[in-house]
Amino acid sequence: MQAFDYIAAQTLDEAVSLLAAKGDQARVLAGGTDLIVQLREGRRRLELVVDVKKIPDVNVLSYDTRNGLTLGAAVPCHRVYGDVTIARAYPGLMDAFTLVGGTQIQGRASVGGNLCNSSPAADTIPTLIAHQATCVIAGPGGRRELPVEQFCTAPGRNVLGNGEFLVALRLPAPGPRFGARYLRFIPRNEMDIAVVGVGSALTLGDDGATVTAARIALGAVAPTPLLVNEAGAALVGKPISDATIAQAAAAAQAAARPISDMRGTADQRRHLVGVLTRRTLQGAIARARGETVSHA
Amino acid sequence: MPKVHVQTRINGEEIDFLCETRQSLLEILRDELGLTGTKEGCSNGNCGACSVLLDGVLVDSCLVLAVETAGKDVSTIEGLATPSQLHPLQQKFLEHAALQCGICTPGFIMAAKALLAKNPKPTEHEVRYWLAGNLCRCTGYDKIIRAVLDAAAVMEKA
Repeated sequence: MQAFDYIAAQTLDEAVSLLAAKGDQARVLAGGTDLIVQLREGRRRLELVVDVKKIPDVNVLSYDTRNGLTLGAAVPCHRVYGDVTIARAYPGLMDAFTLVGGTQIQGRASVGGNLCNSSPAADTIPTLIAHQATCVIAGPGGRRELPVEQFCTAPGRNVLGNGEFLVALRLPAPGPRFGARYLRFIPRNEMDIAVVGVGSALTLGDDGATVTAARIALGAVAPTPLLVNEAGAALVGKPISDATIAQAAAAAQAAARPISDMRGTADQRRHLVGVLTRRTLQGAIARARGETVSHA
Repeated sequence: MPKVHVQTRINGEEIDFLCETRQSLLEILRDELGLTGTKEGCSNGNCGACSVLLDGVLVDSCLVLAVETAGKDVSTIEGLATPSQLHPLQQKFLEHAALQCGICTPGFIMAAKALLAKNPKPTEHEVRYWLAGNLCRCTGYDKIIRAVLDAAAVMEKA
């Protein structure tokens, strides 16, 4: 591996000034499961690696029913699903967090890092979008916050400017009759990159039958993860039925802009968007009604 | 590039070493500290051969920078047996012939140790799922899974 300087920043300000001084020659290290591989394989060359794991703000993991979830950007996946209260409150997040790599990867890899790596196929991003997560970003100009669906700009690229880095993700607390589900298609049972991933979240009205809010997000079918407003709109204000679910699935398919590559063809991906949108909605509805839907 | 002085604890022993910032924990364990029980497989986080515990959490040591281990606790395969006795996992891997070439074995055993610490009575499904990040190209997995389940049963009684 190439030589680089390593600094474990102690504060947000220190990390910001280190990153700002080095520009694109510096990068943040959290779990390292993407960065160290990229450095070893020569896909990325850096002068400075800034380890942010000693900064308290990026290690926060807190949840309550008023303020929702604050997920520090460097918190590894295993810590999130290892927290029983959080795992119960957000089963639709855990669907994705439990399948990012195997056990060893989950011991290190953070959800924030998965977002900052900005792969179009990242498993955690569609479900974060469906859950209305926002990014808390620190930078030379102070802090800013923006919705996760606006974070990625192209494969491997995102809105982070010079000196900026992701501090935390914030998610609203799930209200009554809220349910969410993430599913991906891979050609085997475990340990692969999504051919298509879909995250769906919805809220049902008092009658348990009418959809009052819905968000559907797609992965691996465009240069960035996509929030499909038309798919959510196809459900809102209507009673749940096979027909409305089919309309939402069709809207998701229409929004997908897949390519053909080694993992699948564009046609297959478009087909899968329909199947997974339907299945994630069915799972989200079941959870909104208080039923248990297992992750696998 | 100047080397960095790192103080850590490995298998319960305070250890000092010098490393370059680009060196992985795996490289330091094997090349500097002579702890060659931890194996290098793919060196990109796919195979699990280099699995160790870092503050009790299962990780691939090829994806940890050695400098990151300052002040942390590292457990490797060398810490399992006593001079007089193998760890039950090691004993059961032998009894079930759950290894052939042996390169993947230390990683499997460390991963299984982490699993049993969390979940002393795993189901077969849970064992298979937990060990999905460890690859074996010789024996197939059935003997490994049986060895882990058998070790769990023995450790439960002990």
